[in-house]
Amino acid sequence: MATYELNVNGQRKQVNVDPTTPLLWVLREELKLTGTKYGCGISACGACTVHVAGIATRSCVVPVSLIGDRPIVTIEGIGNDPVGRAVQDAWVEKDVVQCGYCQSGQIMSAVALLKTTARPTDANIEQSLGGNLCRCGTYVRIREAIKRASGQLT
Amino acid sequence: MRATPKDETDMHVNRRSFLCASAAAAGGLLVSLYLDLSAAAPERNQAPPAKVYPPEAFVNIRPDGKIVITVNRLEVGQGAQTALPMILADELDADWSQVIAQLAPAGELYKDPLIGIQMIGGSCSIPNSFQQYRELGAKTRAMLIATAADRWGVPADQCRTKDSVVYGPGNRSARYAELAEDAARRPAPTVVQLKGASQFHLIGKPVRRLDSRAKCDGSQKFSLDLDLPGMLIALLARPPVFGGRVRGFDDREARNVSGVRDIFEIPLVTGSAVAVVADRFWAAKQARDRMKVDWDLSGIDHPDSLQLFAKYKEIAQMPGNIAVRLGDEHAIDHIPASDRIQAEYEFPYLAHAPMEPLNLTVRYDRDRAEAWAPSQIATWEQAAIAEVLGLRPEQVTFHVLAAGGSFGRRGTTDSHFVREAAAIAQRLPGTPVKLIYTREDDMKSGYYRPMFVHRVEVGIGPDGMPITWKHVIVGQSFVIGTGVIQEAILVKNGVDRLATEGTDDSPYTLPNMHLSVHHPKANVPTLSHRSVGYGHNSFVRETLVDELATRAKADPIAYRLKLLKPDAKKFRTSLTLLDQKSGWRHRLPRNHASGIACSEYNGTCVACAVEVSIENKRPRMHRATLAVDCGLAVNPLSIENQMQGGLVFGLTQLMANGAITLKDGHVEQGNFDRYAPPYMPDTPVSIDVHIVPSAEQPTGVGEPPVPVIAPAVVNALFRLTRKRYRSLPLTTV
Repeated sequence: MATYELNVNGQRKQVNVDPTTPLLWVLREELKLTGTKYGCGISACGACTVHVAGIATRSCVVPVSLIGDRPIVTIEGIGNDPVGRAVQDAWVEKDVVQCGYCQSGQIMSAVALLKTTARPTDANIEQSLGGNLCRCGTYVRIREAIKRASGQLT
Repeated sequence: MRATPKDETDMHVNRRSFLCASAAAAGGLLVSLYLDLSAAAPERNQAPPAKVYPPEAFVNIRPDGKIVITVNRLEVGQGAQTALPMILADELDADWSQVIAQLAPAGELYKDPLIGIQMIGGSCSIPNSFQQYRELGAKTRAMLIATAADRWGVPADQCRTKDSVVYGPGNRSARYAELAEDAARRPAPTVVQLKGASQFHLIGKPVRRLDSRAKCDGSQKFSLDLDLPGMLIALLARPPVFGGRVRGFDDREARNVSGVRDIFEIPLVTGSAVAVVADRFWAAKQARDRMKVDWDLSGIDHPDSLQLFAKYKEIAQMPGNIAVRLGDEHAIDHIPASDRIQAEYEFPYLAHAPMEPLNLTVRYDRDRAEAWAPSQIATWEQAAIAEVLGLRPEQVTFHVLAAGGSFGRRGTTDSHFVREAAAIAQRLPGTPVKLIYTREDDMKSGYYRPMFVHRVEVGIGPDGMPITWKHVIVGQSFVIGTGVIQEAILVKNGVDRLATEGTDDSPYTLPNMHLSVHHPKANVPTLSHRSVGYGHNSFVRETLVDELATRAKADPIAYRLKLLKPDAKKFRTSLTLLDQKSGWRHRLPRNHASGIACSEYNGTCVACAVEVSIENKRPRMHRATLAVDCGLAVNPLSIENQMQGGLVFGLTQLMANGAITLKDGHVEQGNFDRYAPPYMPDTPVSIDVHIVPSAEQPTGVGEPPVPVIAPAVVNALFRLTRKRYRSLPLTTV
């Protein structure tokens, strides 16, 4: 067990956990931020995507010991960001979600994309969200929502 | 005041079906998800009294004006949690912006009104609860009007309602929230006038989901997110071969993991497992991975996919139990070999792999228990927990939590994961224990869509239309031998209808047809999988019909329309609409081709056109157009969503890694690296959906879109490669 001080959604949080614990489980079980989802544990589905220092990161494979002081943003905090809010609004507007379980990860990946590419093409979208699995198959609406958010922001 | 005569007829059918289901349910443990009402048992003379659903169990009008509507279905993404409140709120004339939906716990009142079990499955939520939720809304509205009329001393028929307000003569008005308390003291009317379709203000309109915002900001709580004081986490070390038993285990290393609370053996439905209980998931997983379990795998079959396929193909040479025999079964003998098509198809096991792996929480308190679970069959699972714990079902409070997908997986035939969680909780009285399946546990735990082999011989007449259709299906039944309610309804002459649907009810005119079935046993648990039998039967039918159309040099839609039986009305409407909406088929770029397929599911028909090219030896889907006839479209937006999503789900079996395989009894895939469902780049860039206008009874939309895409894509591929693709998954093109 070791103690870590994390910067999550702009707040300092202290946790005492096994150093190998993936960030995902620290967020979910220690910090009760359950919006970030467990889907595969091997970085293959994207449900656990969060931003670490602004980069879309699969939190299921990153041990908490590697985080250091890099700021973490989760789905619970992304709405405070104008791009994050626009993406969430576009998701609602386009009625994207079905079961919704993967959508935190989809949204976090979409926000990361729009922060680097304000007007993404279909190819950009496929590249950035191509690793986010949705078993309900909401992909066409995700594409539409990203384009809508892009339109709102630019 | 009663509903229209048409409704009367429907009510009669509903009651009769309910009776049949209930009578069969008395036989014992219930198992599958599916109830084919058209094949219901013989007529009974006496219909039971129609069930009365008290509005107060479904509608709560709060003083702040919020209207909380209870949904008698699990929400898995299909949208019932929005559509059922819409139906009720429409008849209630509720202000939709104030409506909140909540999922019902397991309870008598929340059972499906036709089937007599609290369940989702068979795309039955809307068809089976449409009338029920309309009546609930209309009754509540009548109680509110009566209350206002009494207060004002005016006749009720001089009052009208809109947006949660009752209006009376002389500019009188009262908000529902002001009337609710008094209204709730009145008896609910036994009969009630329902709206005419022209009066609907929600039904038929595109309405956004009620749960969208919560699912976009992380606040939606799924089962895995449940957090209770003192809760522990359990993982299971499961046998590597189905049915394996724990002979012994060494848990010394596992117990050294900080946070581990207990380790013990529990029985499984077949075989046994070792439960590892810890404070946190990560501790439980590390400890589970350090367990050394000595497995007894003696006396159990070690199934192997390659061997099973070889065996199935051999069996398929012989006719099996007869499902359909129409006309002359020897008619094929009179058709020259050049006018015959012989085809053999392979379909692998498929995992449902919902994004949220299986999990649930149970607390055992000796004289009672409480469970929190996303269950497709809540009242069965409540009973299963009670059985494991030696309680009566009413001693088990069963909360239904939102599920991160299901596709059939949370509606198991034997409630296995619920029983496992109850067995673990029994060892730790007073402590809530959440059983979590890791992705590997979920994927390797069985309950797959069964493997199938189809062998078909079609004889073609001089006009290019089929004269004979001889068909043998080989695959496991997950109904036969279970002794459950559906067995009596679904299984006839040793044939499980869930294996033949899509062929035995072919919409095409086939003057001579012979369909027979073998149900071999294999040591692999199998289960309903979104679209059930249609997933493989429609693939066979629609690829063969495409082949016939090609030989006849006919347009694939025109050929199908010509071949349809006169009564295949919804196939006709959906194919005709598809033809109108897929004009792009005739203006394709070079090296692009289109493919067509259609399918049905419990009264809904879907027709699909897809544009395909080949990139990196894989099909690349540029666009798909779908036309659907599902009767009255309750929520066109949700229907569009289900059509698009179901299409993507149906692509799983076309993926290069879209198969579960077994080798020497071991499941070879454990995660999304080796069992890879479609990701965004594997799916069409656009999917446009067109709904056939209809005033007929609404039918379901969750499963109907799933079967159409795979045959449509391989039909398109044929136009590019001149090859027919009959073995799935589609490894290379």
